[in-house]
Amino acid sequence: MAKYAIRLVALVYLLFLLALPVGLVGWRTFENGIVPVVESLSSPEAMHAFQITIVVAVWAVVINTIFGVGMAVLLVRHRFPGKRLLNATIDLPLAVSPVVVGLALILVYGRFSPVGGWLDERGVQIIFSTPGMVLATVFVSLPLVVRAVEPVLAEMGIEQEQAAHTLGASGVQTFRRITIPGIRAALIYGVVLCLARALGEYGAIAVVSGRLVGQTQTLTLFVEERFQNFQESDAFAASTALALLAVLTLVVSKLLRPKDAD
Amino acid sequence: MAIEVHNVTKTFGVTPVLRDVSITVAPGSLTALLGPSGGGKSTLLRVIAGLENPDSGTVTINGVDATRLTPQRRNVGFVFQHYAAFKHMTVFDNVAFGLQIRKWPKAKINRRVTELLELVHIEQFANRRPAQLSGGQRQRMALARALAVEPQVLLLDEPFGALDAQVRKELRTWLRRLHDEVHVTTVFVTHDQEEAIEVADDIVVLADGVVEQAGSPHEIYDNPANQFVMRFLGPVTEIDGYLMRPHDIELSATPKPDSSSATIVRVMRLGFEVRVEMTLDGQDAWAQITRSAAERLGLKAGDTIHIRPIPNAKQLPVAVA
Amino acid sequence: MGFVLSGRAGTGLGLGTAVLFLSLVVFIPLAAVVWRSGAEGPGAFWQAVRTPDAWAALQLTVGASLIVAFVNLVMGTLIAWVLVRDTFPGKPIVDVLIDLPFALPTIVAGLVLLALYGPQSPMGVNIAYGQVSVVVALLFVTLPFVVRNVQPVLLELDRDMEQAAASLGAGPLVIFRRIILPNLLPAMLSGTALAFTRAIAEFGATVLISGNLPFKTQVAAVYIFGQIETDNTTGAAAVATVLLVVALLVVLVLDVLQRWGASRG
Repeated sequence: MAKYAIRLVALVYLLFLLALPVGLVGWRTFENGIVPVVESLSSPEAMHAFQITIVVAVWAVVINTIFGVGMAVLLVRHRFPGKRLLNATIDLPLAVSPVVVGLALILVYGRFSPVGGWLDERGVQIIFSTPGMVLATVFVSLPLVVRAVEPVLAEMGIEQEQAAHTLGASGVQTFRRITIPGIRAALIYGVVLCLARALGEYGAIAVVSGRLVGQTQTLTLFVEERFQNFQESDAFAASTALALLAVLTLVVSKLLRPKDAD
Repeated sequence: MAIEVHNVTKTFGVTPVLRDVSITVAPGSLTALLGPSGGGKSTLLRVIAGLENPDSGTVTINGVDATRLTPQRRNVGFVFQHYAAFKHMTVFDNVAFGLQIRKWPKAKINRRVTELLELVHIEQFANRRPAQLSGGQRQRMALARALAVEPQVLLLDEPFGALDAQVRKELRTWLRRLHDEVHVTTVFVTHDQEEAIEVADDIVVLADGVVEQAGSPHEIYDNPANQFVMRFLGPVTEIDGYLMRPHDIELSATPKPDSSSATIVRVMRLGFEVRVEMTLDGQDAWAQITRSAAERLGLKAGDTIHIRPIPNAKQLPVAVA
Repeated sequence: MGFVLSGRAGTGLGLGTAVLFLSLVVFIPLAAVVWRSGAEGPGAFWQAVRTPDAWAALQLTVGASLIVAFVNLVMGTLIAWVLVRDTFPGKPIVDVLIDLPFALPTIVAGLVLLALYGPQSPMGVNIAYGQVSVVVALLFVTLPFVVRNVQPVLLELDRDMEQAAASLGAGPLVIFRRIILPNLLPAMLSGTALAFTRAIAEFGATVLISGNLPFKTQVAAVYIFGQIETDNTTGAAAVATVLLVVALLVVLVLDVLQRWGASRG
């Protein structure tokens, strides 16, 4: 019957596009056992890549969380002209190619630009260094925390906070003890999404980091570099690590996803 | 018979929803399936419509065995509690839908739809979307849509359940009048006994998947087959081990043959009726009498009063558990 | 932040901070790209865009993205249908895995596709370094868009409408065509628009499997990358601006579509 045909088509499509490729890489990674994989991943370059990736990701997540919550509060609780423009800007990063992100940041913060040059004279290097990578990662993951928190904040309504005010709580106290707990699930969800995005960014980082092995090479750049240098097993090992991380993120975020309100 | 249901059983998972249910519906009648929520009434209606398939039993519509027919083939009109309006179409297109399926010529469709929209008094909304109509108007549209294809049978699943009390009452009366005009065999589901009594020619009381009683509203109210039906159809009170109607109780200041004595706890004036709450033998009971009767007796809390059922009052012995 | 001081002052402070942050991170950098593309005059802009390899890259990118958008329109709706209306063992796992392209780094996506469909393919299928490989890579990264847009709408769809149509005599195909599809269309189209925008921007997934051969398999983002590496920032900025404008147009169309969908109630 039609039902089975449709199911078959959908599953076959997903099998050949998604499941088989990912499964194959996982399989080929471990085809010589687990020891070579561990060796690959504990090489100095790999460890360094891990480290850089995590540092950049954590910075980006912290920045985006702070401004994400702030912007959600601004959008939900306040009225001001130009709200639609602000809203659209928050979604803008999703439409921009990662390479263009990198280009944009180089043009403003690179050594030969006015801002970048000025900072460079004072010994602050943005492009080809960690701050630039953090900036790029912040750009690409910008909407994630805001959009996760916004609907829950809206649904929560302002009455709980007003009740707290009438009971004598200050703005900060209300925020800490009423607002944040109220949006906690959504906030964690947004943070997980943001972290996943940050760990997995490639294109923008490729442009902005200069891809200096051992210095500004994230795990994704490590994958590419190893592959281009015919060291496939290293590339596969790192890929599998990243894929496992991705699947973990999916499972965690699915568990955390705020239930849709009716 | 317009509809005959024989020995229908339906189980969802491990829960039996209909247990060996048999009913008949006379042609041209307006029948209510009455009962508490979860009693199986909606399921029975959907089995008749073909929207559910019974595990066993048969459904016959106008002499034809419909048990294995799809809903498309049964030519039954169905009206849903939440309207099921085609929200992406205009009111006109909603009502025209069934006719378009049957490939009627456009002019004929236009005439029929206009006729129906006028019948249900929403002709001025023909080009609006359902979302722009009130709940009551949407339900009238749903009715017009179901009637458009001239169904053999019209089924309504708690048609007024989603509406305000006031609108519900209005539409109830309106449905009765519509039926008097259109004469389609109609079955509707309700949990409101007042609605059933007011509107229907026949009532089937269904509870827990079983038919408790079927008959005219008069019969069912005055001669309930069991305690459940009696309790469900109207107010009851228990006196001396018997279940009876509070308005079937005669109060007097002096003892009478077969009367029992009770102590008045509270006298409440509710409009033109008076509710007298009392205790006898440690049991709570109440009677409903007219204002004039209450004034004649001069009742007040603490008084002893003598009560007995009026002649021919229906009494059912309370079952001992 | 605004919560600390409610009222006008809080709004002002919050808005100011937000605008400052967004300017430093988003506005100014993007504006710089557009400005840079025009810095040597409109002539230089068009020249940069119309250089043979830039133009070829743009054509490939837009063409492949259109194909991918269309495939997603059909397959995405189909998959959403199966996820919502069908049941089979393992369905929850399939549902979670649909989001894998969102979570997986694009370079890894390219690698896994290359492993299965490249020179060392165990199935003997080798599409690497050809234009098909670009399409496959884009299909991978855009998989979730239409599915996730259509799914919630399908879930919320009033089943009563379908039953009402059945009681009025409509068969399953008619019900799909006249009842279900019209209600899904806004979500289908907006998902497709999102998929298209994503596809034209793609970089990492194509890098390994396409070989980045100019005039053949080099997508716009890879071209831009090359221009950045060789210090041709004008050329890079020009093509980047074209991509931005196309994305902007699609986003505008999306907005109109969403408004249309909402007005139908």
